[in-house]
Amino acid sequence: MSKTVSTREFRKVDVDQYNEDNFQEDTDGNETQLQGPNETEVNNLIGSKNNVQALKAVVQNPVVGSRNTDTKLKAFRLVMRVLSVFKSSEIEAAVATLSASEVDLLMKYVYRGFSEQTTTTDNICPILLSWHEKLFAVGGLGSIVRVLTNRQTV
Amino acid sequence: MEEIHRFGYDPITCHTWNNNQSQLALSLNNNEVGIYQKSGKQWERSAVLAEHSGRVMGIDWGRTTNRIVTCGADRNAYVWTPSEDGRWRPTLVLLRINRAATTVRWSPKENKFAVGTGARLICVCHYEEENDWWVAKHIKKPIGATVSSIDWHPNNVLLAAGSSDFAVRIFSAFVKEIERRPEPTVWGTKMPFAALMYEERRRGDGWVHSVGFSPSGNRLAWASHGSVVGISDAGTVYTLTTSVLPFLSVLWVSESSLVAAGHDCRPYLYSVGSAVVYAGSLDVSTHEEDQGDLSAMQMFHSLDRLGAADVSTAIGTKHQNSVNQMAAVAWRDCVATRVSSVGTDGLLILWNTSSLHASLNSLKL
Repeated sequence: MSKTVSTREFRKVDVDQYNEDNFQEDTDGNETQLQGPNETEVNNLIGSKNNVQALKAVVQNPVVGSRNTDTKLKAFRLVMRVLSVFKSSEIEAAVATLSASEVDLLMKYVYRGFSEQTTTTDNICPILLSWHEKLFAVGGLGSIVRVLTNRQTV
Repeated sequence: MEEIHRFGYDPITCHTWNNNQSQLALSLNNNEVGIYQKSGKQWERSAVLAEHSGRVMGIDWGRTTNRIVTCGADRNAYVWTPSEDGRWRPTLVLLRINRAATTVRWSPKENKFAVGTGARLICVCHYEEENDWWVAKHIKKPIGATVSSIDWHPNNVLLAAGSSDFAVRIFSAFVKEIERRPEPTVWGTKMPFAALMYEERRRGDGWVHSVGFSPSGNRLAWASHGSVVGISDAGTVYTLTTSVLPFLSVLWVSESSLVAAGHDCRPYLYSVGSAVVYAGSLDVSTHEEDQGDLSAMQMFHSLDRLGAADVSTAIGTKHQNSVNQMAAVAWRDCVATRVSSVGTDGLLILWNTSSLHASLNSLKL
């Protein structure tokens, strides 16, 4: 039966997209407004060794849930840069200055950092693990659950 | 002190009490419901309701009419009426759904019941005298995914539903054949059948596991998979993000306090006023209590064989696995004094909330 038709392209059609019962994920309407952290400000603060201020600046205007991958990638790289300038001993004090939602946001970036290690970037896994430990002490298992359940990814 | 009862080692998926807590109906993650009678300090199984061909997903006991309604993964619901010889007679209810039923609740007056289903709809069933059967009406729009939890408003008309499309909604389940038009509430005035009175959709918080109206019906609480407890006070929404694993069940124990329990295996009490505030846990056991005697010889023996001194696998809470469902057992002056919880560990635990309430009142002034 499978050999009666010479063309086989119909087998590659994704039939699930035509199912009326499919769950429709709706999109956020305000994508253009999410801009991410101010890059120059953050770079200046890192340059002047104001690490805690840089951290505060980089969690402003978070780009979550947007489909604009370029903005998100830029924000992600900036966050990784800020996280890597901290010394292990300074992390705990820095985490103490953050609010609960900022802790959740950073936890999302830490997990994205774990998943996107490439050979071209520096090996920042050790520093990410230290950040994870300190963020977990404040946010608990709930902050990790929110990384997994929140459909608005970072 | 808590009372702990074990019903085997299978998970208890759902449970319900009769009107004077002398009988209990529960299901052990299979297609049967056991009715247990209290005899002394033990629970003895007095009857088995075995009609479902799929897993029983919900049971509710109508306390005034003494009828039990069950729903299962076999897309059916049965209404059980007791007969004189102690047996229960089932009546099949045609729900007309093509997916499993997930939860079922009698309305406060017990003249109708609502079934949440995986078919993205809610069935509201009422009894029709002339044909001697239960008729199901569907509430469909705008539910987009499985309805995981439902709760009735005290006015017997409004129905709250939490579903997997991250939304909590209040519908009107007004059935004109059996009741009169209800008075206006804080959720709206016009309530034709299937009208959407309120919707709160939070994509960031995950699936809604449980919803509950407060005793007056003016507040609605829900527990989401993102470890969030949310309250809507007649439209004003407060949320509390927690640092523990998600809750599977919320239960109001008074107009301003609720208990939540779930994957963290421990019931937590929250006080609700102008914000949601954590007020302590019902389970105050610590890990040291549960270790028992560990002699020196045992310690070195296990160090030698297994490489670790402490091989106890018990966790430091009364429940050893997730809490699936909670129910209020006894009320006094609009405050629930006893609450029961059932878990995946096969335990049913009865908690006293009166001591925690006393400390809550002293906190609030």
